[in-house]
Amino acid sequence: MTQLANILSTQEPAVLEEWVRYQRDSKSLRGNLIKEAEVRDQSSRFLEQFRAALSSAAGENIEGPGWASVRAVLNDISRNRALKGFTPTETASFIFSLKHALFAQLRTAFADQPKLLADELWNADRILDALGLYTTEVYQKSREEVIARQQQELLELSTPVVELWEGILAVPLIGTLDSSRTQVVMENLLQRIVDTGAALAIIDITGVPTVDTLVAQHLLKTVSAARLMGADCIISGIRPQIAQTIVHLGVDLGEVITKATLGDAFRVALRRTGFRTVRDSGGSSNAAVR
Amino acid sequence: MERIPILKLRDFLLVSIQIDMHDRLAMTLQDDLTAEIVKQRAKAVLIDISALDLVDSFIGRMISNIAAITRVLDAETVVVGMRPAVAITLVELGLTMPGVRTALNVDRGIELLEAAIARRDAQDEAAE
Repeated sequence: MTQLANILSTQEPAVLEEWVRYQRDSKSLRGNLIKEAEVRDQSSRFLEQFRAALSSAAGENIEGPGWASVRAVLNDISRNRALKGFTPTETASFIFSLKHALFAQLRTAFADQPKLLADELWNADRILDALGLYTTEVYQKSREEVIARQQQELLELSTPVVELWEGILAVPLIGTLDSSRTQVVMENLLQRIVDTGAALAIIDITGVPTVDTLVAQHLLKTVSAARLMGADCIISGIRPQIAQTIVHLGVDLGEVITKATLGDAFRVALRRTGFRTVRDSGGSSNAAVR
Repeated sequence: MERIPILKLRDFLLVSIQIDMHDRLAMTLQDDLTAEIVKQRAKAVLIDISALDLVDSFIGRMISNIAAITRVLDAETVVVGMRPAVAITLVELGLTMPGVRTALNVDRGIELLEAAIARRDAQDEAAE
């Protein structure tokens, strides 16, 4: 360990130079994603902390407190690369490529002591492997964070409840309905029913790509919950294909009113709330009157 | 012993549940309400549960039962003011209360009941 630290402290510039050159020449450096100056900066920051950890005799366990600053640097680098779109292999190669430069130095230093050379190589190899795996772990974690955040954003984005007319709400559903989304849709819809005092809600499923038994069940749950609150639901936007699927699956939509288009549903809703639509004799515009 | 008051309002009976229902209270309410419907010759029962934020399957079934009993006694039932969380819980429990009328608030509930009673009277007259 201390041998490695000694070599690093005397040969740091040479190691850095060789390491950066190796990274540049290898395919793992994506010129379009990262500049060479940035690679050099990251490499030198890592080497500095790496040498400090080695010479402070921090032990071989990279989870220990002596390696905290090295881990911090690696966290930073991996996260940065994960967000930029590097693959896990490319991210881990950052550490693994150091072996080339470091082992060359070790070979020159212990050229006449093969046993010592083997020991030192083994030590260095173990630590670098552990660090390399650590970068992959951080990479994975930051990717998962991104995915979780996007899921949350999708949930928020895709479930608006629109007030079409006084007492008439519309819920245009887009994308696949799973249980967690149904929950959000249901909560939003029920809350809006309370807020607006609406007696009718139109659930439009034009944007739902497929309707299977589970989706149908989720829809029926939403309709039932709205009914318990005293609001009736109309399901609209049922495409011919989906109508066939529903019947073939044997799904019973019960007493729920279903309409082909949102317009049809809206017309029914207006009539139910006591409005009627008439066309002016002169023009083609629709006017609603009580 | 605590009881839930049953108010007579013209032809209706108004039951407002303001406290957390426990099982015995629900049973007492069922007894009192049926007795009162017969005594007052009520045409409809309005159950306000807007203050209820906790419902289990027993209470859910109780409400369904009360509705079924009042129907047998020739009266209409409407449940008003159910909170979103309660509605979701009942649906998850599979208690969708078919046959129970629901409304958003007491005003709407009374409108609904008046319409239902008028419809029934018209039917009776037509039958005669």
